[in-house]
This record gives sequence, C-alpha cells and structure tokens, in this order.
Amino acid sequence: MTKRFLSTVLAGLILSIILLMAPARADETFIIVQSTTSTQNSGLFDHILPVFTETSGIEVRVVAVGTGQAIKNAANGDGDVLLVHAQSAEEAFVEEGLGVERFDLMYNDFVIVGPSGDPAGIAGMTDASDALAMIAESGSTFASRGDDSGTHKKEQALWQEAGIDPAGSSGDWYLETGSGMGATLNTASAMGAYALTDRATWLAFANKGDLVIAVEGDARLFNQYGVILVNPERFAHVKAEEGQAFIDWLRSDEGQDAIGSYQLDGQQLFFPNAK
Amino acid sequence: MDDLSGAFAQAFRLIVGFDPDLLEIVVLSLQVSLSAVILAGLIGLPAGAAVSVTRFPGRAVVIAVMNAMMGLPPVVAGLAVYLMLSRAGPLGDWGLLYTPSAMVIAQTVLVAPIIAALTRQAIEDLHGDYDEQLRAFGIGRSGMIATLLWEARVGLFTVLLAGFGRAVSEVGAVIMVGGNIDHVTRVMTTAIALETSKGALDLALGLGIVLLVIVLGVNALAGLLRMGVAGRAHA
Repeated sequence: MTKRFLSTVLAGLILSIILLMAPARADETFIIVQSTTSTQNSGLFDHILPVFTETSGIEVRVVAVGTGQAIKNAANGDGDVLLVHAQSAEEAFVEEGLGVERFDLMYNDFVIVGPSGDPAGIAGMTDASDALAMIAESGSTFASRGDDSGTHKKEQALWQEAGIDPAGSSGDWYLETGSGMGATLNTASAMGAYALTDRATWLAFANKGDLVIAVEGDARLFNQYGVILVNPERFAHVKAEEGQAFIDWLRSDEGQDAIGSYQLDGQQLFFPNAK
Repeated sequence: MDDLSGAFAQAFRLIVGFDPDLLEIVVLSLQVSLSAVILAGLIGLPAGAAVSVTRFPGRAVVIAVMNAMMGLPPVVAGLAVYLMLSRAGPLGDWGLLYTPSAMVIAQTVLVAPIIAALTRQAIEDLHGDYDEQLRAFGIGRSGMIATLLWEARVGLFTVLLAGFGRAVSEVGAVIMVGGNIDHVTRVMTTAIALETSKGALDLALGLGIVLLVIVLGVNALAGLLRMGVAGRAHA
C-alpha cells in the first residue's frame, strides 16, 4: 500500500512538472519589456501589443513596475527593452553602458488631483510648485508615491522648486505610500488627500471617489516616455534583434499611429512624439 | 457599500461567464501552487521527520529556525529567489526569471519550512508511542522515518493543505519572480493586485471570491481523498 501511495505521489509530481514545463507557445519568440505601471494600467499595451505581435510574430512580455524598479531590473539584465518615463535616469542608464541608445517615444502630462472640497484652495492654479507650497502651508494631506518612480522623481523636483522639503513632515500631512500609482490613488481617494499622478493612470483609474483634477497645464508637468534597448554587449542573452524590431516599430508611423489612436472614454492618453 | 455587493455580482459573472482569460489564470494558479506543494512535500516531509527521530547537538536551534521560517514573508522569499535567478545572479544563465518555474521555486521556498516544521511536530508525537516497538523490530532510521510518515499520513494531509493554502494565497513572491505577465505568469493573486491598483475594487474582490471558491473546492476534494486514506487505514 505504501508503494501505491508513493507511486501516486510520484505520478502527480511528474504530471505537474510536465504540465508546467510545456508552455503552450514555447516555440514563439518573445522579448521582455521592463516598463512602468502607467502604460499597463491605462490599457495602452493591450491596445498596441497585439498589432506589433501580428506583424512581427514577436510576443512582448511586459513586466510593469515603477520606473525606479524597472531600471534596476534592466540594469541586472532582466529584460530586453526598457520603456519608462524619467529622462535623466534613462540617460544615466545609457551612459553607464547598460543601454544602447535612448529614443523619445511619446508623452502625456501629470496632474495634481485632490478632494473636490479643495482644503488647500489650489483648484484651477497653473503653477504646480506654487500649488504644492499652498498644500504644505495649509497642512493638507498629500499622498506621495515615495518609491523612486518616475512620478515620484517629478514630484520631488516640484517640491524642490517650491523650496519645501516635505520629508520633514513625513507621517504628518505628507504620506509616503511606498507603492504604485494605483495604490497611492486608492490611499488619496480614501483619505481625501492630494496626489500627483500621470494623466493616463488617472483617466483609467476606477476608484476616484471624491477626487478631481485640481492643477494641470503647467509646462513642468510634461511627462516624456523613452525607450531603450538593453545593451547586448553587456548582457549576451539580450534579444537584440527582436528588441530593436520592437523599438523600430514603436517609432515607425504604424507604431506611432497605434499609440496615438488609443483612447479611453473618448480621450487620447498618450501623444506620440518619436523623431 | 457598493463595492461589496458589486464584488459578489462580479464574482458570479466571472464564474458563470467562464471567461477564458480567467480560466487560464486559475489553471496557472493551480499548476504553480500544486507543483510547489508537491516539491515542498518531497523536501519538507522527510526533513521534518528526520529531525523528529534524530538527536544531535544544536537540534533545538534547528527546530527553532524551522518554526521561525514558517513566518517567512513571501516578499522576502521572492526577493531571495529573484536575486538567485536574475541575470546578474548566480543562476541567471538558466533564464528562469519571469517564468512559471521561477514561481514554483519561490513558493517551494515559502512552503517547505511550513511542511517541515508541522511534520516534525506530528511525527514527534507519534514517535514517542512507536519508538520502542520499531527498535524492537530492528528497523533502521530511514525505515523508521518511512513508517512514521505513513502512520501519520492522515494528519500530514492537513499539513500539505496548509502549505497549499499558503502557496495559492500569497502574492509577494510570485509577483516579484513572475512579473505578473499577461498570459504567461499572471495568477489569481497577482491579477487581484493588478485590478486593485487600477482602482477596479469590485472586480478585484470578485476575483478574490473566485479564489476562495477554488481553494474550497481543492479542500473538499482533499477531504474526500483523506476519507479514503483514513478508511483504508482502519480497514
């Protein structure tokens, strides 16, 4: 009886391993793209990737994390293409020899959202730094990503221009969630806090609650996305040919049209600007 | 709250609608977590039993560490496995990161200590009753381990179920080493995390209810199996 039990366990083990090790599309070529949550959560990838896969036969596997983590993962060689939004960090990535070349891809903008009651009185302002200064002055709750993401870097730059170091008030009115854009928006929605978010994530976000856009239109709220091939000279396993094909397609008329044609509720979320 | 009633409606729609994407996610969840439990059982059952029938210096420390490892945070297990499997890590050449295999490894790391620690306790209780008898028959240590594991099988089934519950419900480890890639490494828990981050709370909660129903189904199946095993044991 012991034997029968053991053989059942072994058969189960072998079966499960076979099931796992035989992915349905093992013969298909694929690349791994390290990217940011805004491009995934907004639905952009679901819109454009099938078009690319159809024309090229290359499957694109997207790992969507914060820009900071995406860059770190790519720096470990865990990806073929990097598609994020923090230009200076991207340029540093290329300078260190980790990436081949950085290309502009598309843009949208950041907005400051907050409770409709607007306790800081910033609604309609067009100077983002001044608005942040008023949030600080009134001690209104502000939910920050606090995760070294592209959005967090932008927010820090705006605080700096306002001449305020919010870190001193961390845990008081300044809350660092240390998590993604969606989680931070959930926090802001539940607490009636202000937050900086990219417009794409905001438009696609379904739990807005009492939050509305308070500040938009400042030139400094410009949000540029770039794309970089991870350096195959540095990491021999990088699928340079397929990765470059993806980058070339994104920058081609067809790819740029695909990006520009993506709409949510009648609004365009990303504006192609590859040169 | 709207979200709560919406969640049950969503869960109902998901189950009745038999969405192919959902089916794919459910199947992958079960494949990954069941594989991890089987592997963790192959490691944890003999390891736990071996510790319980052996006396050696530092044994108390080993037991304390085994028990403490039951509280290993999934995200730490995920991070450790990521560092091993990353291209920059020692096993990077295997190219396993962002595959279901990496998720099985991470969950095995998470579950093996739980199975080992609970097995040790179960076998230790039994060992006291059987030790003299087994010695009298002149059964060696490995024979003793095998016999005790077999005698304790009904209880150990629950141990494996506890391990499965831990594996199928964790998100921190699989999201880190799997990457939550659509159609490749997306499982129930990472899908729930994704929908939450999109603010689609009713859909996220609906998926959570589906997960619970599936775990309930697995436990019911296991309960039937267990009755079969127990029945034969008394026959």
